[in-house]
Formats: sequence, C-alpha cells, structure tokens
Amino acid sequence: MSPQMISMFALMRKETSRVLRIWVQTLIPPGITMSLYFIIFGTLIGKRIGEMDGYPYMEYIAPGLIMMSVITNSYGNVVGSFFNAKIQRHIEEMLVSPMDETSIVIGYLAGGIIRGLFVATVVSFIALFFTELNIKYPLLALLVIIMTASVFSLAGLINAIFAKKFDDIAVIPSFVLAPLTYLGGVFYTVSLLPEFWQTVSRLNPILYMVNSMRYSVLGTSDIEIMDGLLMISGFFILLLSVAVYLLKKGIGIRD
Amino acid sequence: MKALSIQDLSKQYKSGVQALKSINFEVDQGDFFALLGPNGAGKTTAIGILTSLVNKTSGSVKVFGHDIDNALSLAKACLGVVPQEVNLNLFDKCINTLVNQAGFYGIPRDEAKKRAKYYLEQMGLWEKRNSNARDLSGGMKRRLMVARSLVNQPKLLLLDEPTAGVDIETRRMMWRFLRELNQQGTTIILTTHYLEEAEQLCDRVAIIDEGQIIENDSMLNVLKKLKKEVFILNVNQSLTKAPIIEGYETSLKSPQEIEVSILQSQGINEVFAQLDTLGIRVISMRNKTGRLEELFIDLTNNPPKETAE
Repeated sequence: MSPQMISMFALMRKETSRVLRIWVQTLIPPGITMSLYFIIFGTLIGKRIGEMDGYPYMEYIAPGLIMMSVITNSYGNVVGSFFNAKIQRHIEEMLVSPMDETSIVIGYLAGGIIRGLFVATVVSFIALFFTELNIKYPLLALLVIIMTASVFSLAGLINAIFAKKFDDIAVIPSFVLAPLTYLGGVFYTVSLLPEFWQTVSRLNPILYMVNSMRYSVLGTSDIEIMDGLLMISGFFILLLSVAVYLLKKGIGIRD
Repeated sequence: MKALSIQDLSKQYKSGVQALKSINFEVDQGDFFALLGPNGAGKTTAIGILTSLVNKTSGSVKVFGHDIDNALSLAKACLGVVPQEVNLNLFDKCINTLVNQAGFYGIPRDEAKKRAKYYLEQMGLWEKRNSNARDLSGGMKRRLMVARSLVNQPKLLLLDEPTAGVDIETRRMMWRFLRELNQQGTTIILTTHYLEEAEQLCDRVAIIDEGQIIENDSMLNVLKKLKKEVFILNVNQSLTKAPIIEGYETSLKSPQEIEVSILQSQGINEVFAQLDTLGIRVISMRNKTGRLEELFIDLTNNPPKETAE
C-alpha cells in the first residue's frame, strides 16, 4: 500500500472510531429526537392526517425522517470533528505530515458516512416500532444514504474550514440546513403546494435526497429517481472539488 | 547536501506585519542548531514556513535538497516538529496520538505501534499510554509532543521552545535525550528562550531580531564576541565594602559575594592575584548571567523575557 493510502486509511480509521467512541453524543441523540418525531408527527398528529400520497402518514414520513437524521448527523460529525481539530490545533498533525489534501478530505468523509449509516440504522430500527418498513429497493436506499451523507459531510467540512469561532459552526445548521430540511418534503408531498412553491421547492437539493430515499423505500416520489441521483452526484462532485481546493490553498488552516 | 537551506525568505502577514525580512541561513547535516531571538522576532514564523503551517511570501526553502515549492511531501517526510503551543488531541489516548501520527506519515500500522511503544518508553510515558492527553501534566504533554515528532524518524527535528514551562528534571531529561539523538545523526534546530539551553546543547547559532538574522556562526565564535562577562565570586570572609581591584569594576552583591566585570581583553587570573594580596580567598565563582545571554543583550538590546532556571 502506498504511503498516501496508508495515511488516508489512518485518518479514516481515526474518524470512524471517533463516532463509536463518543456514541452517547453521536448515536443516542438522533435516536431520541426521531422517536419524538415518530410519536408526535406519526402517532398523534399522523392519525388525524390519514394518508399522504396513498400511504399511511407514518409510513410516508419514515424515509424522510431517516434522511433528515442522516443529513444532520453527517454534517454535524464533520463540522464538529474538523473544527475541534482546528481549535485544539491537532489538525497540525496532518498538515505537517506528507499526506495530501484529498486524503484529508476522504478521511473526514469516512467519519461522516459511517455516522450517517449508523444513525440511519438506529432510526430505521426505531421506525419499526411505529410502522412497517418494507424497503422496496434496499441497495438503492443504501446508495442514497451514502451519497447524501457524503454531500453533507463535505458541506460540514467546508463550513469548518471557514469557521473561526463556535458561532460559525452553529449558524449554517440553524439558518440554512434546518429550513431546507423541513421544506424538503420530509413531512409532505410537494404536490400539495401551489405550483409556484412547487417550482421553488425543486431548487432545494434536500427535496431530491428525501424523495430519492422515499422512492427507495416506498417506490413513490415527487421527483424522478434519476434526477435525484444526478442532483446528489452533482453536489458531491462540486463540494468535493471545493473542499480539496480550499485545503490545497490553505484557506482557514494556514497563515 | 545541506539539511536546511533558506534563501531570501520573507513573510508578510495579512495584517501587514513583516515577520521575516529576506533571511538566509543554512544548517549542515548533523548540526545542533540554535535559532534565537526575542519574542516576535520571527522564529516561529520561520519554523511555520518549514512545516508548511505558514505560507511564505517569497524566497526559497530546501530540506535535504527538497524544495518546499515543488517537492513539499518529500521535504515534509524528512521533518519532525515540536511546536511551541500544545497541539495535542486532548481527548485521544497517548498511544493513539503516536500511532495516528505515524499513519499520517504513511507508516504501516504494525510498524507504527512498535515505534509508538519505543518512543513512549524513551519519553517515560509508556505507563500513561492509555491516558488521554488532557490528563497529563504540562511536562508530560511536552514529552508526548517530542515522542510524536519522532515517530517518522525525522532527519531534521524542529523544536520550537520544547522545554518552555517544564520542570528542571524534565528539562534535563530532554536535554540528555536530544543530545543522544543528535549524536545518532539527527539534525536538530532548536528555538528557545532559555539561552543556557542553547549554550549547553547547540554547536551553531543564528540570532534573529525583528525578522532579520543578525548573527550566524558557531557557538564558540559567537561567544568569542562577548565584550564583557560579569562573575559573582564567593569569598571566605564577610566584607563591608567591595574590594578595589585595579583595572576592574567591582561591587558587593552580599557580604560574601563580589560582583566583578571582566572585559574580553582582560584575564581573570589578575583578579585572583589582587584578591590574594588583599588576603581574600575565592571559594567559588559563577557567571552572573549566561554568557550567551550577555551577548544576546549586547546584540539585540533586548533582554530575554525569561531566563534559565
């Protein structure tokens, strides 16, 4: 194995073991939050809503809630881990070594993906207490989770690269990520919206991710699955290029 | 081939501060080299550029012939660095810190574990291998950083104030270890406030002040440039006033301690001879300040903020 591969695997191992080491912080909170969503939106309110797009409401929102936790947690994992490394300055361990920037990005990406997968498993398990979860296309579901976790891990990394203080890593999740997620079709089908807002919704990348997951699980979606996969792939390539470029230029990490 | 070759290196920060003004110096393989200077002189900036934590504005840097502009990875592979500030992952175990660092240098995991054990033992930290870095004392954290800097077995070790804030015992232990490492062939560059440390360890010295190299020579030659040294003589009787020693400036530091200034052109034998005729016997003597410290003050007009022990 080449030295670059060894260094990349060393970081991947470090970042993935971090997720498991602090499992109380990484895996339990999304489990609790999503349980509350299932109880309130699914059981209590959902019963009054009845069906959405031909499915019981609980069954309809389950894929969206899984995706919501994948997005929040993959983003939070990388933004937290990388920003902490910056603040504690142990990022210098990597910067002084010969490992290249792409390896650094992939190492952090691995942490975000692993957390996304674990959280998706935890939330899916919780969903089974409330609804049936017959996944129609399991491999597609896995692919969508991994790709979405990758996109938001990269977004978290870019946020952390620019962040100078703790406020800077809280702003994007609160003011950008949360609104886009809630308006991304987790709880409703966009066909309920007036045409204008349907068009606006289609500019929201999270709509494609949530609906790709819903298609994988239920076989129904507001968007064409190929559009969803293309959109997620496009974002992945764009954010990967930006993250590698920023690290190569030393923005936010070198004086 | 030089271990380090720096030519016309300049750094201007975005704030406008010109930290380095076209500095030049070279370090031979096997040297134990001191880079000295007052706070803010540019030492840490220079180390930062070598390790790529700081982007240079202009100039060239070669580490064992590898130019950091076009062979940065090869240059980095030759380097180990102990920074001035603690930069450990405080929530990671000591053993993991070293194994991960070795991994970042492309060292396979089995070998990384062996080296981690060896260097933790060398630094007296093996018992603490499963402790988180945050649970270590200040001196232990420094030792952990030294151990971490060695896992890639660097040809050139950069130590930026490695013994700042550590107790005397730890400092002496680190001095011993660094001497051995240098004797085994590792080139070492040391920046320090403790001028005694530089004088004890280093065979070459460069003094940097306000971003410029103002002195660069062997330690012996640099010390020869001392214009004057001040000694404290312990004598065998209590005095009420300083004895008059012709040709020398004296003062009484305490009833049994005479302070005497000796110019480079003068010898010290004459002092003993004159005191002898006065019936005063010298029991012991010491430098008032380190010789390098005297020179440092002469050259920079800037007394060091901290002095050794």
